[in-house]
Amino acid sequence: MSPPAMINRYRWYELVGIYAGIFVFLTFILSPFVEGFLVSLKPLGLLFSSPYRFWPENGSFDAYRSMWVSVPGFARYIFNSFLISTIVTAVVLVLVVPSAYAFARFKFRGSGALLAAFLAVNMFSGAVLLIPLFRLMRSFGVLNTYFAMIVPGVAFLIPSGIWLLRTYMMRIPRELDEAAFVDGASHFYTLRRVILPIAMPGITVVAITTFIGSYAQQFIFALTFNSKTEYMPLPIGLYAYFGRQEVIWNELMAASFVGIAPAVILIFLMQRYLVAGLTAGAVKQ
Amino acid sequence: MSVRRSTVIFAWILLLPAVLYVTVIVAYPLVDTFILSFTDASLKKTTKWVGTANYDKIFNATFAEVIIRTFVWTAFSVAIKMIIGTFGAVMLNAAVPGRALFRVLTMPPWIVPMAIGIFMWGWMYNGQFGMISGMLQNWGLVDGPVAFLAHGSTAFWATIITDVWIGVPLVTLYMLASMQAIPQDLYEAAWTDGAGRFYRFRRITLPLLVPSMITMSMLSLIATFNSFDIIWILTQGGPNGDTTTMIIDTYRTAIGSKKYGEGAARAVLICIFLSIFCIAYFRVTHRLASGESR
Repeated sequence: MSPPAMINRYRWYELVGIYAGIFVFLTFILSPFVEGFLVSLKPLGLLFSSPYRFWPENGSFDAYRSMWVSVPGFARYIFNSFLISTIVTAVVLVLVVPSAYAFARFKFRGSGALLAAFLAVNMFSGAVLLIPLFRLMRSFGVLNTYFAMIVPGVAFLIPSGIWLLRTYMMRIPRELDEAAFVDGASHFYTLRRVILPIAMPGITVVAITTFIGSYAQQFIFALTFNSKTEYMPLPIGLYAYFGRQEVIWNELMAASFVGIAPAVILIFLMQRYLVAGLTAGAVKQ
Repeated sequence: MSVRRSTVIFAWILLLPAVLYVTVIVAYPLVDTFILSFTDASLKKTTKWVGTANYDKIFNATFAEVIIRTFVWTAFSVAIKMIIGTFGAVMLNAAVPGRALFRVLTMPPWIVPMAIGIFMWGWMYNGQFGMISGMLQNWGLVDGPVAFLAHGSTAFWATIITDVWIGVPLVTLYMLASMQAIPQDLYEAAWTDGAGRFYRFRRITLPLLVPSMITMSMLSLIATFNSFDIIWILTQGGPNGDTTTMIIDTYRTAIGSKKYGEGAARAVLICIFLSIFCIAYFRVTHRLASGESR
C-alpha cells in the first residue's frame, strides 16, 4: 500500500483517544448552545425552580410563539441587523477591492508602510476611539440613525478585507495583467475585465466574512450611538426581553436562535469557501 | 508621461477611497483622543486646556490596580485560548471520519453575534437556576448555589472563560491551517524511517507550529486587550470593580460619567500599550518571515 494511505491508518486506541479529545473540545464549544436551546423549550416556571434539571420536562416550543407577542418589534431588529450588515458589506467591498488590487500588484514608495498602517487599524477596537467617534457622529448629525452604526462599522472591517483579498489576488498570475496591457487595455479595463472575474471567489469570501463580522460585532456602536428603538440591531434589541422584574429567559433564548438562524444557514451553505478563504488569508503572513 | 509614473498614479487612485475613509473614521479620532486628553471636555458647552491634569488624576493606586488586572486577565485568557485552540486543532487535524463536520461545529461561538453567546453564558453562570451551579450541586461538588458573577474572584474567571470560548474557534482554524501547510513528504519520509505517530508529532508538527503559535498569540493578545462586550454584558466591570479592565474603565468614565477628557487620557494609555504590542507583533512576524527564507 502507498505511504499516504498507510500513514493515516490509526490503531483502535488512537481512534478512541482522538474521538474522546474531539468530544471534550466540542462539548466546551457547543454546551452553551445546547443549554440555550433547552432553556428555550422550558416553561418559565421550570427555569426558576430548584434543583436544577437539565432536560426540559413537558418542554414545548411555546416560547418561539410568545416571543413575537412580548416583543412585537423583534422582526424589525432582525431586519435592522440585515440592513446594516448588507450596507456595511457593500461599502467595504467598494473600498477594499481596488485597494487590495493596488497592494497586490503595484510596488511604489510607501506602499509597504501604508499596508502596515491599514493593518494597524485592526488593533484598535471601536471602544478605544469611542469618545471622538461619538463627537464625530454628532457633528455629522447622524446620531440615532442607521448611519451611526454603519459608518464606524465599515472602518474596522476594511483592514482584514484588504489583507484577505490582497493575498488572494497575489496568486493570480501577473502574466494575465501584462498580456492585457500589451494588447493596449488600460489599467482600469484590465482590473474590470481581467482581474475582477478571476478574483470573484476571493471577493465572495471577503463579502461573507465582512457580513458575518458586521452581523456578529455590531454591539458597541449600536449601544452608544443609537437610542432609537426602531433602528436597533438584533444584539441590542434582545435587551427588550430583560423585564423590570426578571429576564424572560426562555423567550430570550428562543429569540436568539431565531435571530442567528439566517447567519447559521448562510455559513452552512458557504462553509467550504469560508474555511478555504480564511485559512488562505491567515497562513500567508 | 512614463508608464511607471502612470502606474503609480493609478495605484493611488485605487487606494484613495479607502485611505480617506480610514483617515476620517480612525486616524482623525485617534488624534482627537490625544488632544481631548489634555482638556476638561464634557457635556458642557465650553472646554478648556487643563494640561496634564487628567493624567495626574488617573495615576493613583486604583488605576494601577486596573492596569495590573487588565494584564493578568489578558494573559490568562490568551494562554488558555492558545492551549485549548491548539488542542482542538491537533484533534481536528486527524484524518478520522466526520472531521469535516467537526470543523464546522467549532465555528459557532465566533460567528454568532457575540452578545447572544454572552447572554447564554450569563444564564449558565446564574447562581440560583444556572446550569453550572446546578450541575455542581446535583453532583454534590458544592453545598449551596454559587453565584459566579456575584463574587469578585469567580466573576474574574467567569469572564475569562467566556472570552476564551469566543476566541478559541479562530485559534483552532488558524492552527489547523498552519498544520495543513506543513509539507506532507516530511511525514512520509519520517514514516518510511519508522518514526511513530507521536514521535512525528513531537519532532515535525510541534517545531513547525511554533512560528504560527507566536503569531497567533500576539494577534490574540491585541484582540483580548480590547475585549469589551463580554465583561460589559456579564458584569459591567463589577462586582466592586473586580472585573474592571482598562477598556471598561474608559467606557465608564467617558460614556457613563460623560467625562470625555478623563476618558480620553485613559484611551491614550490603552493606545500606547496597543502600539507596543503592535510593534512587537510586526518585529516578531518580520523576524519569523526572514528566518524562514534563510
